[in-house]
Amino acid sequence: MDWRDEGVLLTMRRHGESAAIIEVFTVAHGRHAGVVRGGASRRMSPILQPGAQLDVSWRARLEDHIGIFTVEPVRSRAGLLGDRLALAGLNAICALLHVALPERAAHPHLWVMTVALLDALGASPDWPLAYLRWEVLLLEEVGFGLDLTRCAVTGTRDDLAFVSPRTGRAVARGAAGDWADRLLPLPACMLGQGGADRVEIAQGLAITGHFLTRELAPLLHGRPLPEARARLLELLARSA
Amino acid sequence: MADAPQRIEQLIDLMARLPGLGPRSARRAVLLMLKKRGAVMAPLAQVMAEVALTARDCLRCGNIGDADLCAICRDERRATGEVCVVENVADLWAMERGGAFKGRYHVLGGTLSALDAVGPAELRIPLLVERVADEGISEVILALNATVDGQTTAHYIAEVLEGAGVAITSLAQGVPVGGELDYLDDGTIGAALRARRRF
Repeated sequence: MDWRDEGVLLTMRRHGESAAIIEVFTVAHGRHAGVVRGGASRRMSPILQPGAQLDVSWRARLEDHIGIFTVEPVRSRAGLLGDRLALAGLNAICALLHVALPERAAHPHLWVMTVALLDALGASPDWPLAYLRWEVLLLEEVGFGLDLTRCAVTGTRDDLAFVSPRTGRAVARGAAGDWADRLLPLPACMLGQGGADRVEIAQGLAITGHFLTRELAPLLHGRPLPEARARLLELLARSA
Repeated sequence: MADAPQRIEQLIDLMARLPGLGPRSARRAVLLMLKKRGAVMAPLAQVMAEVALTARDCLRCGNIGDADLCAICRDERRATGEVCVVENVADLWAMERGGAFKGRYHVLGGTLSALDAVGPAELRIPLLVERVADEGISEVILALNATVDGQTTAHYIAEVLEGAGVAITSLAQGVPVGGELDYLDDGTIGAALRARRRF
C-alpha cells in the first residue's frame, strides 16, 4: 500500500529515540497518522512543526497498519512564531482538526479552506473572521451544519438575530419573544453582512463553540474543547 | 555465582533503557565494564549510588544540584537581576557550556502542550511569577526552543508577566554560526531577515 499526498501537520510525538509519529491532514486521505523514521532528529525538527505544509508519501504492508511517512517540506509556518495571536490561531486550528476529524476520511473542501486560513494568519487583519467561518465549515464537515438562511419559526429571511442552541437554526428577532434570553445571539458577520469587530467574532465563536462541544462530545469523552481554542478566544477578547 | 548471569542480564536490561543504548549496545557496555571491573565498574557504581542519594531538584530554579539550592542559586555573584527561562535542565547545561550568561535560571520542566494536557500548573510558571515578585528581578530572558510549543509557552509567560515591571526578552532567531543559507528552511531565513541589524 502506498500513496503520495499533500498535507498539513497537526501533531508530532516522539516515537522511541529517533522516530516520530505524526498526524497529517491531507487532501485526499484526510487525517492520517504514520511513523517518520528519524523524525525526532535535529534535521527534521524544523520541518515537523504543527501547521507546516508537507509533501508526504505513505507506505505500509497492509491498509490498517500505521505505516511509514517520508516527508518533504512544502511550506513552513515558522513566520508565525513571533505573532502571539496568529500562533494561538495556528494551535487552535491544529488542535480542533486533531480532535474533530475522523481518521482517514477525506475532507477536500475543508483542506483547501484550512490552507487558506493558515496562509491568512498574521498576514491579513481579517483572519479572525476567516477563522470563525472556518469553524462553521468544520461543523458542517463533522455533520452539523448551521441553518442561518431563514427563521426557524416564521420562515422570514429578515432580521435574523438569534440561533437556537438546540437545532442550530436561525431565529428572527420578532419571533424570539420570551425565548430571546435562551437563544444564542447571531452576529451579522455570520450572515455574510460586512466585516466584523471582535465582539461579533466572540459571539460567533460562542455559537460554533456550543455546537462543537455538543457534536464532539462522544470524541472528547467529557473533556472540554481543546485548551488551544480557549486560549485563542481569550487573546481575541483581550485584543478587542 | 549461580545468580551472576541473571544479575548481569538484569543489568543489561536496565542499561538498555538508557537513551542511546539498545539491547546490543547495552550488552557491549556491560561486557566492557565487567572486563574493567576495578577501573570502570566499581567507581561507576559508587558514583551512581552517591548521586542517587544526593541529587535533588533546586527548590528555587529547578536545576539539579546536591542541596536544596543549586550552586548557581547559592552563588551571590549570579544575582544580577537577570533570569533565563529554559525548558529543561539539558537546556540550562547548554547555556552554561556557552558561558555567556552570568545570571540565574528558571527551569520550566517542559512546555505547554494541549495534546499532552500540559498546562501552566504542570510547569513551574507560577513559581517564576513568585520569583519575579520576590527576588528583585529586572529582566526575564525567554530561552525557549523555536518550536510551536516553545514559542506558545514563551508568549504565555510574557503575558503572565505583563505588568510585573520586568523587561521580557527572548533569544534571537536566525542563521546559526556555520550555517549556510542554502541549507536553511524558509522560516529560519524569514526570521533572520526580520531580525537583521545594522552592520
